[in-house]
Amino acid sequence: MSVGGTQHSPVRRFLQSRGSSSWADRSFRWLMVSCALSIFAIVALIATELVTQSELTLRQFGWKFFVGSAWNPVSGKFGALPFIYGTLVSSLLSLVLAVPLAVGVAVFLTEMCPKALRGILSFLTELLAAIPSVVYGLWAIFVLVPLLQHYVDPVLIRLLGWTGLFVAPDFGLGLFAAGVILAIMILPIISSLTREVMSAVPHTQREAVLALGATRWEMIRMGVLRNARIGIVGSIILGLGRALGETMAVAMVIGSSPTITKSLLAPAYSMAAVIANEFAEAVSDLHRTALIEIGLALFLVTIVVNILARLLVWAVTRGTPARTA
Amino acid sequence: MGVGIEVNLLNAWYGANHTLEDITLHIPANEATALIGPSGCGKSTFVRCLNRMHETNPIAKVTGEVKVGGVDIYSETSAVEVRRRIGMVFQRPNPFPTMSIYDNVASGLRLNGFRVRRVLDEVVERSLKHAALWEEVKDDLKKKSGASLSGGQQQRLCIARALAVDPEVLLMDEPASALDPVSTAKIEDLIFELKSQYTIVIVTHNMQQAARVAERTGFFLNGKLIEFDSTHKIFTNPSDKRTEDYITGRFG
Repeated sequence: MSVGGTQHSPVRRFLQSRGSSSWADRSFRWLMVSCALSIFAIVALIATELVTQSELTLRQFGWKFFVGSAWNPVSGKFGALPFIYGTLVSSLLSLVLAVPLAVGVAVFLTEMCPKALRGILSFLTELLAAIPSVVYGLWAIFVLVPLLQHYVDPVLIRLLGWTGLFVAPDFGLGLFAAGVILAIMILPIISSLTREVMSAVPHTQREAVLALGATRWEMIRMGVLRNARIGIVGSIILGLGRALGETMAVAMVIGSSPTITKSLLAPAYSMAAVIANEFAEAVSDLHRTALIEIGLALFLVTIVVNILARLLVWAVTRGTPARTA
Repeated sequence: MGVGIEVNLLNAWYGANHTLEDITLHIPANEATALIGPSGCGKSTFVRCLNRMHETNPIAKVTGEVKVGGVDIYSETSAVEVRRRIGMVFQRPNPFPTMSIYDNVASGLRLNGFRVRRVLDEVVERSLKHAALWEEVKDDLKKKSGASLSGGQQQRLCIARALAVDPEVLLMDEPASALDPVSTAKIEDLIFELKSQYTIVIVTHNMQQAARVAERTGFFLNGKLIEFDSTHKIFTNPSDKRTEDYITGRFG
């Protein structure tokens, strides 16, 4: 072990005293594996709890609970369909409104914004994410809903009334108002993540497109958005996740009516909103169990929507060849 | 066919840094012109001024005159039009990773709204043959991504992409510096082939490369063009002491 004079060097002595250190890697590995496994455990616990707690309605209504549209605590009839419908439609509506806006904000911030303005604007967009949802709800009731009712909805009724999606009567509260407030709430998530993936696109890609004689917009489309599209879809999925589960603001503006109406201006209800509104007042066991099963339905809908979104990503990127063949 | 480039009193800055000082030279058509010099001498900045890529950096500034085929690219035309006429190949291969090989080559034409399938097919095949890549990729044109190729193949793909729009000038900014010797040799052969049809300006660190491919060579030092002459003259009998010191390896 004596290699020259290094045997006596304090550095060498110290390093040799450390041994193989293999226990460190082993314990680190187990620590990480248990972190990963805890995710499975949490999901499994939630699922079993939701199923066991909603046993009463599961036994009474079976799968028809998910397709039934009656909701009458007095006569003891419960069906989840109007709530599933309200959650899905308000969330999709929020995506339709928020995605173009969020991508536009991200494009402006990464590609066009003067440096001095960039900091302020991105701070403001991220500030939107920090506002509690009950504050959004209050603002929606006192500002957004009257605004929509008096200025926006009449225009929509006139222009798009023929589609049947925007027809009177209009109470202000309803799916459309819920979609708009959700759009404002998910805007910062989508735009800040989109901004991140866009700024991660290497500068050389932008140069490659510019050198081909591209205008600025063509450069953004071909050199930036195209390369960032998987990340952008990922950010949209995250935004959708938030929209599906959002409770308070939606509960305050959706109109709290368990009905399915084609018009987006009609009052409706969402899964999260009905749980929040009725759980404290549910007197019968059946009513309480029905609300828990609504929670189960929300859990399943979230899973299904996420799977569909991932399939969509897969279908979109399947056409393009793999990076490594 | 290529066109000549006349540069008159070109000055360029990055912020307060004066990177090019009073450059004046004439690059003849349908020849390869090499630009050599130590790192930071301004040779890359110079080629980036020839297709107005320099100004894409917000702190960059340019003055002077650059005439490509008789048209001053700074006063008589827009940057977008200039870059449609002048192709560029960069130091690191930068194919579009989300596009197939075919789409990479067709990207310049598609960008400008060209959609005729039959002509696109022809252009893609011709450009890839020109770039000496056709034989290696013809079976997976639409199956493989541009990023799935090796580094040398990627660079030839980028050359094919630049050739597909039929440029009048081809700028190459150290096109082989990230490649192994075999790929480098292929790129050099390619430049040799291409220069009868295109005006080629190639920046290189490698003096043998300049000697092998270029008719004319310019030597840059500290933002100034020290000497510009036939390659033979520069490498055998330079008129400036600094050029001689550089090519004999006494500095840089």
